[in-house]
Amino acid sequence: MGAGALAFSVPIIGRAITPEEALIPVDVALKKRLSDIALNAATSKGATYADVRIGRYLNQYLFTREDRVQNVVNNESYGVGIRVIVKGTWGFAATHDVTEAGIAKAAENAVAIALANASLQDEPVQLAPVKSYGEVEWKTPIEQNAFEVPISDKIDLLLGANAAAMENGANFVNSNLFMVNEQKYFASTDGNYIDQDIHRIWPTFTVTAIDPKEGKFKTRQALSAPMGMGYEYLKGAAADKLEGPEGIIFYKDSYDFKEDATIAAKQAKEMLTAKSVDPGKYTMVLEPNHLGLTIHESVGHPLELDRVLGYEANYAGTSFATLDKWKTRDFEYGSEIVNLFADKTQAKSLGAVGYDDEGVPTKEWDLIKDGKLVNYQAIRDQAHIIGEEESHGCCYADNWSSVQFQRMPNVSLRPGKEKYSANEMIKDVEKGIFIAGRGSFSIDQQRYNFQFGGQVFYEIKDGKIVGMINDVAYQSNTQEFWNSCSKICDESDYRMFGSFFDGKGQPSQISAVSHGSSTARFDDVNVINTARNI
Amino acid sequence: MSILSKEEAKKILDRALSLSKADHVELSLSGSKGGNIRFARNNVSTAGEESTISLSISSSFGTKTGATSINEFDDASLERAVRRSEELAGFAPEDREFMPPLEQQEYVESRNFVQSTADINADYRAKVAKANLLPAREEGVIAAGFLQDGENFVARANSAGLFAYDRRTNMDFTITMRTEDGTGSGWASRDFNDANLFDPEEAARVAIDKAVASREAKAIEPGNYTVVLEPAAAIGLIGPMVRSMGARQADEGRSFLSKRGGGNRLGDKIVDSRVKIYSDPQHPIVPSNIFDGSGQAIKPMTWVENGEVKNMFYSRFWAKEKGVDPIPFPGSFVMEGGSATTEELIKSTKRGILVTRLWYIRSVDPQTLLYTGLTRDGTFYIEDGEIKYPVKNFRFNESPIIMLNNLEELGQPQRINGNMVPAMKIRDFTFTSLSDAV
Repeated sequence: MGAGALAFSVPIIGRAITPEEALIPVDVALKKRLSDIALNAATSKGATYADVRIGRYLNQYLFTREDRVQNVVNNESYGVGIRVIVKGTWGFAATHDVTEAGIAKAAENAVAIALANASLQDEPVQLAPVKSYGEVEWKTPIEQNAFEVPISDKIDLLLGANAAAMENGANFVNSNLFMVNEQKYFASTDGNYIDQDIHRIWPTFTVTAIDPKEGKFKTRQALSAPMGMGYEYLKGAAADKLEGPEGIIFYKDSYDFKEDATIAAKQAKEMLTAKSVDPGKYTMVLEPNHLGLTIHESVGHPLELDRVLGYEANYAGTSFATLDKWKTRDFEYGSEIVNLFADKTQAKSLGAVGYDDEGVPTKEWDLIKDGKLVNYQAIRDQAHIIGEEESHGCCYADNWSSVQFQRMPNVSLRPGKEKYSANEMIKDVEKGIFIAGRGSFSIDQQRYNFQFGGQVFYEIKDGKIVGMINDVAYQSNTQEFWNSCSKICDESDYRMFGSFFDGKGQPSQISAVSHGSSTARFDDVNVINTARNI
Repeated sequence: MSILSKEEAKKILDRALSLSKADHVELSLSGSKGGNIRFARNNVSTAGEESTISLSISSSFGTKTGATSINEFDDASLERAVRRSEELAGFAPEDREFMPPLEQQEYVESRNFVQSTADINADYRAKVAKANLLPAREEGVIAAGFLQDGENFVARANSAGLFAYDRRTNMDFTITMRTEDGTGSGWASRDFNDANLFDPEEAARVAIDKAVASREAKAIEPGNYTVVLEPAAAIGLIGPMVRSMGARQADEGRSFLSKRGGGNRLGDKIVDSRVKIYSDPQHPIVPSNIFDGSGQAIKPMTWVENGEVKNMFYSRFWAKEKGVDPIPFPGSFVMEGGSATTEELIKSTKRGILVTRLWYIRSVDPQTLLYTGLTRDGTFYIEDGEIKYPVKNFRFNESPIIMLNNLEELGQPQRINGNMVPAMKIRDFTFTSLSDAV
């Protein structure tokens, strides 16, 4: 990100609705008719290209603390966004007035805005072609629609987990459940009419333990991942659990809220008396729920082609991974075992859709192959810059009222080929730190220098975990860090981390994206001590 | 029509109130219209406009509350929405922190609306872009910028007789200029309620000058340095400190203002005695909200004075629990400064670093308010009172509390991100590593 890849300010927009209203979809035939009105209005005013997105964005968010429900948000945002090209210049307008007159007026506004800016343009828009698919549809393959589950059941789940945390030593616990359903209809002058129904879910919490005598407090957040799934993610199936060191449980395709809250409370309590880290060089053993954020910031964002080209220069920044480095086909982004791929298709991932928000079918492609930089993330108006004939299909808008632009697809680290577990990795480390969960994160505007914290830290000495430590943050440089990757666990350890509210663009938009990996080892990483006295 | 007058808004709210059968009902009617233009690579990249309006209805029976909202205001739609919120209240859990609606409040006069800002259109935005793109093209630098403007209104009413209305305008502009060789970058940020105060050519000039002056930066060792922070840099650490001054978090033992042994640090001296931070919704340069989300009046308030914590935010519930008056969160704050210009702060510096902007600031430890982040878009080495050369960017790990205890001198406050913050000279500011980023 720019502003915060994963900044935890929850955007709540739209109008409140009943839970039942969320289950009534908008008629597809009506959406097609309204779309044609928008496209015709735009082209009749001079647009050489137009697309229209009729979007119904449903959010159900639950917020609790201890034994109290703080808020239940059940919102719908419904409207239409129209994007046009006139004289080689983009224009965009959006309206909540989803009537024939409202849509036609918005289309005219979009054309007028493009015309107002056309005289300033000396780099006309070039769109990579897309095929005409006619009328198609795609749905997230969920087992249970989270919006169909009674809110009382969800409250029981959250308050049950809170109670478990309190019984196990927590002084405070805040738990949340975020559910999103995007009902998106896309149509364009390329002849596409695409209806999609997309679901995402994220259960999470923060447990706090305090020592009032010393005036100290420590927190531990959930080790869940936001997922492109329905309510089935909350099954907490035994087959989806992996035993980590010191009693931590890691979760794959389903999550046990109560179990993790219980463990978190015990760990937060233990942190109050854990020793402070000795700064210096360590071997880092980073599990996927932590490493996903490092992948997000140090690989996902720098390989966004709009950043590389300078389109984000005024906000998120540019990128060290410049076109000249890519053109050599020999830029050593990481060690030979590092293979990072992009996709919008991985099952249960946040990025998975059938088509992106400019009607391009989704796919998987390599970004870093055998350690070398081989590609970027590009959309229709960028593909020609890297010599490609089609978009990668990673264009997204977070709402009907937002203009679509290049957003990060899932970016994941391929597991190691040899059989190798996280416990075996720890055994092979002489002086190291094991980090679980995402913590504080910061990276510069060209993605060279970063600093990451975590949720739980354990010191490793001579192949064994010798205890919990506090005040850990590691600082590195992206290229140095990925070249220090010396081992990656096998596929049996692979799981996804994700960002539900990744921020980018001006006006800022959010996006949801997953990052899969297995536990990986990084050598000689600089660790600082973050303890201070005020 | 997304912007309603006070009379138009009251008419809708009165109709909705008359339909209520709940013990309590709270209504919020709000609308906005606005636009933006974004440019990069010396070209316009995106531009758009949007408008919206919505009425939120919150009905309560006892302490059980249900909420809904609509954007159609005919009688039938209003009645359906009011009934729906009442039905939802029936399914809601009891809320022991429920606070009944407020009675009519006395509000200060709003200074948030300026017609010239409300009149901004696509042509104006294109002119602002042009005022930046043309000098950039002429001087061989690459411009990327963003202008966002808007007008909005909010009206609140409840069953206890409260009515409040405010209409606001705002505009925010940021510009980045980068040298073509990629070795220099400059930035400027301007925000106003009144578009007449905005001079896009001036902002472009500042950003171009910083870009040119920051070329070919030298690497110097990270460590503890005396720094001169321009207001755009200082806000990055002062803002999070002010926002963290909630009483409940402190009383619960999980804030930098929690006291060892229990309670909070209200009245304690936490920073240098020259530090004063206050808020005033009618401030002539940074006017802000005159009421909060419950219709509670926002009044002038001092937060830090003589380095001591004078007030903390108290929600209505927490204030009741503690037997004190509630203190709402302000819409903006002012940190007082001195009379020195940034140039004078530099002139009195023997050896130090001029920081023009901080970036990607994230909390590392809420216990000590430790933050990390980086310098960006122009960082310079100062020696014997003069800027000697640009330096590579640093990562910092610093707490605003430690920083304001290491205060050397305050400069003149300026508006930045809707607040007033002075430039400041700080000793022993902690840079922990170097960054190659430009």
